[in-house]
Amino acid sequence: MSDTILKVTNVTKRFGGVCALDNVNLELKKGEIHCLVGGNGSGKSTLIKIISGFYKPDGGTVEIDGIRHTQKYSTMDAIAAGVQVIYQDMSVFPNLTVAENIALTINKSENKKLVNWKQVDEVAQQAFDKIGVQMPLHELLEDMSVADKQIVAIARAILYDAKLLIMDEPTTALTRKEIDKLFEIVRNLQAQGVSILFVSHKLDEVFEIATRFTVLRNGQNIITDETSNATREKMTYYISGRTIEGENFHADIREGDTPLFEVKDLCLENGFENISFKVMPGEILGITGLLGSGRTELAMSLFGLYPPTSGQIFIKGKEVKIDSPMAALKNKIAYVPEDRLTEGLFLLQSIQDNISVANIDNMCRKNGSIDEELVRADAEKWRDRLSIKLGKMEDAIGTLSGGNQQKVVLAKWLETKPDVLILNGPTVGVDIGAKYDLHARIREIVKDRTTAVIVISDDVLEVIQNCNRIIVVKKGRITDELSNEGLDEATLVSVVTSRS
Amino acid sequence: MKKLLKRNEFYVSVVIVLLIILIQGKSGQFFTSNNLVDLARSCILPGILTLGITIEIIAHSIDVSFPAIAMITMYSVTEVATSAGYTGPVWILFLAAALMGTVLGSINGVLAAWLKLPTLIITLATSSIYMGIMQGVLKCRVIAVMADPLERLSETYLFVAQNKESGLTSPLPVLFLLLIAVIIVVGVMLKYTMLGRSIYAFGGDPVSAQRAGFNTVFIQIFVFAFMGCLAGLGGMTRTVLTGSCQPTTLDGYEMTCIAAAVLGGTRLSGGVGTVKGSLLGVLLMMIVSNNLILLGIPTYWSKFVTGVFIILGIGISSYQALRAQRVLSASVLETAPAEKDAKEAVRK
Repeated sequence: MSDTILKVTNVTKRFGGVCALDNVNLELKKGEIHCLVGGNGSGKSTLIKIISGFYKPDGGTVEIDGIRHTQKYSTMDAIAAGVQVIYQDMSVFPNLTVAENIALTINKSENKKLVNWKQVDEVAQQAFDKIGVQMPLHELLEDMSVADKQIVAIARAILYDAKLLIMDEPTTALTRKEIDKLFEIVRNLQAQGVSILFVSHKLDEVFEIATRFTVLRNGQNIITDETSNATREKMTYYISGRTIEGENFHADIREGDTPLFEVKDLCLENGFENISFKVMPGEILGITGLLGSGRTELAMSLFGLYPPTSGQIFIKGKEVKIDSPMAALKNKIAYVPEDRLTEGLFLLQSIQDNISVANIDNMCRKNGSIDEELVRADAEKWRDRLSIKLGKMEDAIGTLSGGNQQKVVLAKWLETKPDVLILNGPTVGVDIGAKYDLHARIREIVKDRTTAVIVISDDVLEVIQNCNRIIVVKKGRITDELSNEGLDEATLVSVVTSRS
Repeated sequence: MKKLLKRNEFYVSVVIVLLIILIQGKSGQFFTSNNLVDLARSCILPGILTLGITIEIIAHSIDVSFPAIAMITMYSVTEVATSAGYTGPVWILFLAAALMGTVLGSINGVLAAWLKLPTLIITLATSSIYMGIMQGVLKCRVIAVMADPLERLSETYLFVAQNKESGLTSPLPVLFLLLIAVIIVVGVMLKYTMLGRSIYAFGGDPVSAQRAGFNTVFIQIFVFAFMGCLAGLGGMTRTVLTGSCQPTTLDGYEMTCIAAAVLGGTRLSGGVGTVKGSLLGVLLMMIVSNNLILLGIPTYWSKFVTGVFIILGIGISSYQALRAQRVLSASVLETAPAEKDAKEAVRK
């Protein structure tokens, strides 16, 4: 018996002309929590799919628990060898109960024909005992949070006597509290001898959970090392291939300016109460708070999606009434939503159409038809300014990576030359390199002193680095207002999570 | 209690009880043996067919072709049996209809599963084709005197209820047992077999079902085939109950059944539905169409009332979904996550 559970040797995978993985190596020891780190398009997902038998490698070998697998290695072989993957969508059934979700697939793989409901509960209970959590067995999954669904998916995977559990970016939709719970479960599994390959691009998580890490960039191994040997700066360099200086944003505020944007005593039933703040020329205002603190509701109200029940909104000193997104657009308010895939983009439309859509009225010829050349020129302008990496302007936007999609969303709204730009979670699901580009671009916007920029985010580092003033929202109320000068992450986190 | 309030079944039951109280109070006629037997009798056919469509809707499919399948099998079997002077056991005829229905239903299933065409369009097309075959190829007509075994079955009753004052009689046909059998089969299948559970799983998330190793092509073909089988049986039931074979007798029946299923809480987006709920839906529809007259409301209002109930039924479930969302966000606002966790820990 070796002490290595997984050994990937010189694996190469090509898709057409693109080399997704180039002689990649990865080794996991038994009972280890190992982080696989890399930006979008670094080859993380491809590697997971090779380990799980979904893709066949063009070269190289996969060895699990000392057994070398051949070209015939399939997903069923991987499961038999003790490999379990929890994908981001988790593959659960929302319409079934917790217990059934856990027991259904295992009963299916045992080829059972009948359902014994007592056994279903027992199996589910067993799985929960194993991972050390308790959950209501008869609750429907659709009534539960994303975090709970994740735990159900883990419980289900454990039933297959998993030796190696691969989790693909499991923390994307979780709150800090839920992440803590997830990590507790993961450590518990580790104590039972299960090896965990944790895929992530959030650095703090890597440092928190993993003993070792492997970084991939452009399909190549960059480094494998102990996490204790790495620092945030080094890690950033490994992932992005460049040094990113973390200098905080300073606003150039001048006396006597009128605020670009101001709200007074804004209220929304069941959302927030008495919200008042100003954004001066040259400022970037940060709004942060936990999931459910009311920050998202606030953003949506400012854009007219949830019309506020009372209060006033001023743009450049003039009172405006925002009761619909149309009214918001008319008053030059732009909103970049949290969930860009469903709220911000037309996934099947081309990149250039996505960029021009919010400003389409200004791209028409006199006879009302769309000036395609103008649309294209405009899209090219934004491609260069925001360094959007793309193949052809006519490609569907869905073919771009997360970071580049976000740049397109940003371009779309900047194209309307807004007076107020509200960015909700501007870098969710975006890798470090693209994140830096986006931040740099946001800072540039305020330089002309005509656009009020509001960044709403639960990424505390992001708001500290990019916002000169930070408002903390708790239970729908502003509890604190801080300057980013001399503010460190730990302080802000404690302010955000403290009870008041 | 909270769970109860979330279920359509609960609301349908309440409406049924209120209607019964109203009808009984105004006319005193609801709880007469005649009325109850007539009601039971009227539930046989819609009961059988609604359970079939319930399974299909759970599997995120819709079917408007089952009345056509019922009519074409009913007509073919009756015609062959009658013209051949068939005198054997009557269950052979029902078996033949079930088999023929299964084959016709599977055609829908194959088209849906392999060609991945939208089920509404497929079944609209096949429905049209079957009706065309009946009128064009089979040149169907009304068969007033059917083969002997069918005629005899239509006069076989479990019991006959008689009103002492008016002398009116209401017999309960022996085919009521067929409904009971279908209820048991479907109930057990949906709740206690992996096949049944795989239908729920498929309806809840087809991709996850495939990843879990379920044969999704088979599941889709199966639900359509099973509906076809029930449609065949339903067609024969109709012939026996009316005592003659009328080729257009089930025109438009799909809407009644889909409405009953939806009223009973079957979710059109798939994954949710129960035998109990659908049967309650059938009962409500039948009370409306049979008993409104006891309230002095002309029968042509029954469709109107049915429509109102459907809107209410769907309205209640969407309202609940909406409220659930609001309650969720409100509760988050009241208690910060940290406190919520602490509370949960205390509860344990």
